[in-house]
Amino acid sequence: MFTRKSLLAFAGVLLVSGLFTGCDKKTPEASSDKSTTTAPKEGGTTSTKETATAGVGKAAEVARDASKKIKIVYIPKNTGNVYFDSVIAGFKKAQGELNFDFDVVAPAQADAAAQIPFIKQQIQQKVDAIAISPNSPDAVKPALVEALSKGIHVITIDADLTGNEEGREASITPMDFSLVGKSQIDLISELVGGKGEIAILSATTDAPNQNFWIKGMKETLKDPKYKDLQLVDTVYGNDQDQKSATEAQALLLKHPNLKGIIAPTSVGIVSAVRVVEASGKADKIAVTGLGMPNNLRKYVQTGSMKKFALWNPADMGYIGSYLLVGLVNGKIKPSVGGSFEAGSLKERKFGEKNGIIAGPPLVFDKSNIDQYHF
Amino acid sequence: MTSKGGIVTFLARFREVGILFFLALIVVLTTLKAPRFLQWDNLSSILLDVPLLIVIAMGMTMVIISRNIDLSVGSMMGLSAMCVGMTLRANPNLPIPLAMLVGILVGVLLGSINGTLIAFLRVPAIIATLGTLSIYRGIIFIISDGKSINSQDLPDALTFLAKPALTKLPLIMVMALVVVGLAHFFLRTQRTGRDIFAIGSNPNAARLRGVPVNKTLFLVFLLTGALSGLAGFMYTARFAFVDPAQAGTGFELSVIAATVIGGTDIFGGAGSALGTLLGCLLLGVINNALAITELNQMWQLAVYGAIILIAVYTDSLIRGRLGKAEKEGA
Repeated sequence: MFTRKSLLAFAGVLLVSGLFTGCDKKTPEASSDKSTTTAPKEGGTTSTKETATAGVGKAAEVARDASKKIKIVYIPKNTGNVYFDSVIAGFKKAQGELNFDFDVVAPAQADAAAQIPFIKQQIQQKVDAIAISPNSPDAVKPALVEALSKGIHVITIDADLTGNEEGREASITPMDFSLVGKSQIDLISELVGGKGEIAILSATTDAPNQNFWIKGMKETLKDPKYKDLQLVDTVYGNDQDQKSATEAQALLLKHPNLKGIIAPTSVGIVSAVRVVEASGKADKIAVTGLGMPNNLRKYVQTGSMKKFALWNPADMGYIGSYLLVGLVNGKIKPSVGGSFEAGSLKERKFGEKNGIIAGPPLVFDKSNIDQYHF
Repeated sequence: MTSKGGIVTFLARFREVGILFFLALIVVLTTLKAPRFLQWDNLSSILLDVPLLIVIAMGMTMVIISRNIDLSVGSMMGLSAMCVGMTLRANPNLPIPLAMLVGILVGVLLGSINGTLIAFLRVPAIIATLGTLSIYRGIIFIISDGKSINSQDLPDALTFLAKPALTKLPLIMVMALVVVGLAHFFLRTQRTGRDIFAIGSNPNAARLRGVPVNKTLFLVFLLTGALSGLAGFMYTARFAFVDPAQAGTGFELSVIAATVIGGTDIFGGAGSALGTLLGCLLLGVINNALAITELNQMWQLAVYGAIILIAVYTDSLIRGRLGKAEKEGA
């Protein structure tokens, strides 16, 4: 946060520099002309560094030559989704460091085409940058291409426009998905002591991420290190409470010697642990997978679930902010193999097709779960 | 009462006989394929799965008998589950019966909105409840700010209601059976209950005969709301997790399916609480059977739909035969 004194200093610097340079930069929004602009200019950096919190030095450099407050809009898949609320929290954290205008708009339901009107609206309002978690790689592409053609910077967050990468400049994915399978097997192996029957409770049979991870798990299991772990079943709960519970219950019944369940989906993992706990077998059957700390906190506290994993969604919003501000300023040019500094999260690299990986899997257990609220 | 027509006539008195036959068939086939089906662990998991369905389907039975439909039951259940969850999160020491009352009252309110639209403002039920389906779902998002209720927000006394380990019959199943008993009593013996059949058979004739059509319809939707509200409370106990987007979404389709399978005439005028109970059990058994028989996962949905169609067809076939036999015997 900036103090009143520093605001005054910025305003002064802005006024002076405005006299010299005139209003030559594109105007994102008429209203932002009138607002007290705090984007640091040349010569204003000193006061930024003095007043802003630690770790903002880079911020000042990235945002240095913006004459208008940058307007970033984030379009999550749908409103009221705690997962995306965490992404938004990441944006807001970076907003405190980089000082841009930030807004979130989204449809109520995550339908393929529902985001299109929101994208069109942002194009009309001439925002500087759009970050989107697309509901469909195909449906939103034309609208995003239009945004790009109007000079708006576009990145995807969480999900990419697979096959339609020309609709965005870069993509931030939560973690290296090729590592999910292995890390899940590592977790279950640790929990069941390296041997016994295990099963997978997945979401839907056609979910690309799920199938990719399951494939990764199966490949990991070929490693002689895991020769005593047997994958005996893979079932699908369709990401519905009821169906997931029915399938989890059936797993216990079909496989009396089951030692562990991996549920790499936030709905399935809750159902699985609840079913195992209710059947009084929590000490015999380990449940792990990918899930949200809020949904599983109680089961971790009671000991029915020892460990599970996820990434930190907030990191994606945080990195996205640094990336977009840099793109708008022209400081960051996405290129495979290139990199940029994302504030306190340090350097991030552009991988294949300008994909950026937010971070390693985060394992939650009794010791750290209370630090996370999503 | 007469012994003349023998067993056939006796059976024909019960609309439910076709569905009972089919339920038995599914149970036998599943047990042959997977004997573990009959283990208590498995049966108790079915008993946990069906109570929500049963409670709302009792309301839906009345609605469909009256020649109407209520598409908003899933949203009403979700909204009342959210209200119960939020109330308990704010007041962890609230007695559980009061939490149940909160759920029912929320349902009464929502159901009476449906009833007003349909009975007094004359909006066709399918349109009115299609609208409130969205509105109620929207309100879930608004009041919850889109955040879910998680297990740590709910007292153990609540989730106890849905624990099979402690009581052989989970308490939510006991509650569901009480509701079935009341619905049966209401539809069979009460004047208002009989009026619902009259309205569904012929609304104009019912009106001419002095049946208070509007009042009765209002009551039917109010009761369906109340039952959805009760189911919302049970949902919170059962899942210990209320997700605004997910709680009850699409549930109306299962409820309508169970009701129709149970022999309620989709064109109104006929149906029974016991038939619907059997319809709910059949859906529960099918869902469970599909999971434990190791049927290929890709096939589950298609097989599920096919079984429903076969069930309804077999039922109407058997009923046709018995109806004929009864006429001949009489």
